[in-house]
Amino acid sequence: MPEFLNELLSGNEIFVGSTIMEYWGGLVTTVQLVFLSLILGLILAVPLAIMRTSRNPLINGPIWLFTYVFRGTPLLIQLYIIYYGIAQIHGIQQTFWWDIFREAFYPALLAFTLNTAAYTTEIIRGAIIATPHGEIEAAKAYGMSWALRMRRIILPSAARRAVQAYSNEVIFMLHSSAIASVVTLVDLTGAARNIYSRFYAPFDAFIFVALIYMALTFLLVFAFRKLENYLLRHQRPVNG
Amino acid sequence: MIDLKGYGPALLDGAIVTIELAFLSLALALALGLVGASAKLSGSRIAVGIATSYTTLIRGVPDLVMMLLFYYGGQVMVNRLSDAIYAAYGYDFFFQFDPFISGVVTIGLIFGAYMTETFRGAFLAVESGQIEAARAFGFTRFHTFRRIILPQMLRHALPGLGNNWQVLLKTTALVSIIGLTDMVRVAEEAAKAERMPFHFFIPVAFVYLSLTACSELFIRWLNKRANVGVIQGG
Repeated sequence: MPEFLNELLSGNEIFVGSTIMEYWGGLVTTVQLVFLSLILGLILAVPLAIMRTSRNPLINGPIWLFTYVFRGTPLLIQLYIIYYGIAQIHGIQQTFWWDIFREAFYPALLAFTLNTAAYTTEIIRGAIIATPHGEIEAAKAYGMSWALRMRRIILPSAARRAVQAYSNEVIFMLHSSAIASVVTLVDLTGAARNIYSRFYAPFDAFIFVALIYMALTFLLVFAFRKLENYLLRHQRPVNG
Repeated sequence: MIDLKGYGPALLDGAIVTIELAFLSLALALALGLVGASAKLSGSRIAVGIATSYTTLIRGVPDLVMMLLFYYGGQVMVNRLSDAIYAAYGYDFFFQFDPFISGVVTIGLIFGAYMTETFRGAFLAVESGQIEAARAFGFTRFHTFRRIILPQMLRHALPGLGNNWQVLLKTTALVSIIGLTDMVRVAEEAAKAERMPFHFFIPVAFVYLSLTACSELFIRWLNKRANVGVIQGG
């Protein structure tokens, strides 16, 4: 603990060094969980979204079902099914997977990843469908193959259309991650709940953590605004 | 039919609790949304300031944290109040701040903020000429609102309202965390006791799925009805 913090907190019963460190640990867990699930979810979502736009019902159908189920049920239920369900899979306790999924972090990561992948798939699909037909025709006229068209024309322009909705999804995910605390994970909310029960001080414990979440949210809003400005820089007025 | 090990009636009761919770929260959210949107458009600096800080605050904080704050904090507040009343008047009372009330208040407050934004956009979509015409006909402010603004803004508010309702429905699952015996709670207890997580959570997931699916159909029907007089441009 830095010296000045100790001085600042002297005469305070709740926010002593150890509690601050507990919140810090929670912050690290929350950020890891949200960041990893968003990255993995995005990686999953791009191919899924492309497949979802396919006209073949055998490709399109299963993806539709996946996004429909994951968007139509609460994340809490998904988390419970994965967290409690994994231990029940026959024979898993004898394999190396058990070493991974025994900790609460990985089932939570899996649930969050699948959930955000479902929402992101639909966001990207919407953006892909909205590609102006002329752009695709022009790409075809230039003799671009399907893969090249996707990579050079459709996906970049879809990314610009999707970024606004995706920023909402990211903030939604940050807020949803609070439920990780119900499966014994000590994330930010988990730390706040521990501190609440130790001191019986609901206002101090929860308002403090609410402020941290708020700071994280506004940081994300700011970062996404910058990203949006960057992606849409060609639309800026010349002397604007 | 799957065997629910005798938890069937409890799950059904839980489902009813979930639906009650969702509808009560929706009513509160709609009321708060209308008030919030009116405040944002009122032009009074104080009202705009309060409404803006309300929506900003709500959008920055996770719903679960808010719920925990209201549930645990609400009890402490009530206890302090009853202590103060006892000290002042010698009248002793105890009020249990139960999870259902905290759930309705929290979810209502959170979605009130989202509804505020939805209604604000919808109010702005009503042509100002319509309002001017109503005023010229001598309509009172209340009459203008009820006869002219409300019917026209509803059409613009419906898509956003529908989305908010779908998210609200799924948020009700969180109230099981603060101890409300809704269907999620019953399923969790049953799953732990019987060591059969899939057996109990998957039916609950299906109930949520059918609720959202029915809502989707209903909202689509409402949308169609609200847009009856509108000729859509190509």
